[in-house]
Amino acid sequence: MTRFVERHPAWALVVMIVIAVALWLIFAVWPQGLEDAVGRKRVFLNALFNGITLGGLYFLVASGFTLIFGLMRNVNLAHGSLYLFGGYVGYAISASTGSWVLSFIIAFILTALVGVLLQVLVFRRMEGQDLRQTMVTIGLSIVFADLMLWACGGDFYQIQTPNWLIGPVELPLVTAIKSSGEPVYLRYPLVRLVIFAASVVIGVAMWLALNRTRIGMIIRAGVDDRDILAATGVRIQLVFVVVFALGAGLAGIAGVVGGTFQSLSPGEDIRFLLASLVVVIVGGMGSIPGAALGALIIGLAEQLGSVYIPTYAIVVTFLIMVLVLAIRPQGLLARR
Amino acid sequence: MSLAHDARVTVRPTAAVQRSKLRGWPEIDNPAAWTMAAILLIMPLIANGFFLIEIFATTLILGLMALSLMFLAGYGGMVSLMQLTIAGFSAYMVAVFGVSGNANISLGWPWWLAVPMALALATIFGTLGGALAVRTEGIYTIMITLAIGAAFYYFTNQNWAIFNGHTGINTVATPHFWGINWRSDIPFYYIVLAVAATCYFAVDYVARAPFGLALQGVRDNPRRMAALGFNVNAHRVAAYAFASFVAALAGVLQVWNYRQISPGSVSVGACIDVLIIAVVGGITRPIGPFIGALIFVLLRTFALDFLVKLGLDGNRFRLLIGLGFLAIVFWSSDGVIGLWQSWRRRQRSGAASSSGRHDRGSGQGSSHG
Repeated sequence: MTRFVERHPAWALVVMIVIAVALWLIFAVWPQGLEDAVGRKRVFLNALFNGITLGGLYFLVASGFTLIFGLMRNVNLAHGSLYLFGGYVGYAISASTGSWVLSFIIAFILTALVGVLLQVLVFRRMEGQDLRQTMVTIGLSIVFADLMLWACGGDFYQIQTPNWLIGPVELPLVTAIKSSGEPVYLRYPLVRLVIFAASVVIGVAMWLALNRTRIGMIIRAGVDDRDILAATGVRIQLVFVVVFALGAGLAGIAGVVGGTFQSLSPGEDIRFLLASLVVVIVGGMGSIPGAALGALIIGLAEQLGSVYIPTYAIVVTFLIMVLVLAIRPQGLLARR
Repeated sequence: MSLAHDARVTVRPTAAVQRSKLRGWPEIDNPAAWTMAAILLIMPLIANGFFLIEIFATTLILGLMALSLMFLAGYGGMVSLMQLTIAGFSAYMVAVFGVSGNANISLGWPWWLAVPMALALATIFGTLGGALAVRTEGIYTIMITLAIGAAFYYFTNQNWAIFNGHTGINTVATPHFWGINWRSDIPFYYIVLAVAATCYFAVDYVARAPFGLALQGVRDNPRRMAALGFNVNAHRVAAYAFASFVAALAGVLQVWNYRQISPGSVSVGACIDVLIIAVVGGITRPIGPFIGALIFVLLRTFALDFLVKLGLDGNRFRLLIGLGFLAIVFWSSDGVIGLWQSWRRRQRSGAASSSGRHDRGSGQGSSHG
């Protein structure tokens, strides 16, 4: 952090000012003039929280994508299909057993299994031919999309939120002051907060696993130079299978999350593929912290954009991507 | 980059004998090409309106879009998934500047003003997208161009002021002049054929021109080309500009063909279809995309009846396309053309080895056949 401040004092100042303004916008009671100019504070806070929680969901999808890409140089364009598959599995489990937590476990296991099959049956045969692998993932995404359309139809599905998570909670953030002088606090759906907390926990756990454990060390070494890693006697194929399973399983979990606080339908696979592409391009290929930062930025841009400039919201997301590519083509937090 | 590289087009040796061949018409001595040209020219005598427009004109339009992708991927080593987006942008611009049923959006310009405007804007759009994509290399190009394509699709869905949201723009006017309705079947077929043939020969020519040779050098070894004094990124962006123009032409023809344009025509699935067409046909020769487009259109049109006849669900057309694409990617690095060539080579080497000679690999460099 201090090194960043020393090397880019101007940027550090800009970042600090932005953070200060954001904190003021969140915690202060807005003066009348500001409310007249941009609208109610409640709307802003809701968009902000929606953006952050959506960022958590994007992080879950994109972290698996970036993990697979970082180690195997494989742009898995079937990642969106894995997301949708996990969502449908989660829906089936929660509709039949009524258990929300169980649906996460089963969706993780099944999508991880699909990932293992993909790695063993398909990608191992064409190692090092990254363009051909990408083509194959495109073909697979078409086949998967059509198979899922066949099995599940074109309907919308929504996974039932468990009873203990239904309903809003009151957050200690003042949105307005009533005429009687009594402060009004923000009310926000509990389930979204829980999901966001869970994605933070998963992110931190992944970071710890990558940076503090032996298998994490092996994976990081593989990202840097997998040939040398294989030469030192590590069974690299096994590492590939484990990482692919983990990345696919994360997409499956994200599918259940997305099915709970949005909905599942054909086409969602493309939407989340696009989201993970943009997140990973913005954050930096193969970097987990990059995926977190990118997911947060894209989630916020999407939600704030759709509230304040509704018909051009997607352009904001896109402009962020263009800007990052123009200034730092390798992504914000990529090492190379 | 293996797909483009495994099956690269052999850059012809610049021997004096070859040179005269390079300069001349590409296939002047090939009877098969002449026969095909003749069949395409007299097609209106053979085929009825349905086949003429729904099969052949559609094939040529889709083939044009795939041709622009083939030029980038085959000669430039850049697999761009936004070629359909450029075509769609050009189609939208024709609808916005020209005359259509949505009078509150369309500006009502005559077609001879609206079309050049659309072509210019779409070429600029594609060039800018290309300039963005060349900032990164190889596999990232796919991701960035796919992101551009998807963003454009969602944008057309959201935006009502210019793109009229998810309903799109309907009843786009088509040109009438010299007393001819150019959208009626036979004149339209000839327009499409003329544009497709021009683009085909243009791509064929550019690939042999100094620019095309330099582009192929950039594809094979950008570092060495940079060391030789070539501006690598400028060549790549110029390739995007050329390919964008081809795609923009296809977009104009497409909007005239369907007389409407909506976000469905620029969806991500459609972007990927163009890639499928180019890869299935083969991305090393300009004829490949047209072969791929013919297979795709035939499958799309007749798969339903065919599947129902086999007692299967007729709606599984995309499954068929996806499986076919997977099979091609698995077994042939150069699509249908590659299969045909390897079959020819096996036959020839079989004949050669039986007569004692072994002439390996000479079939690759010579002209199409």
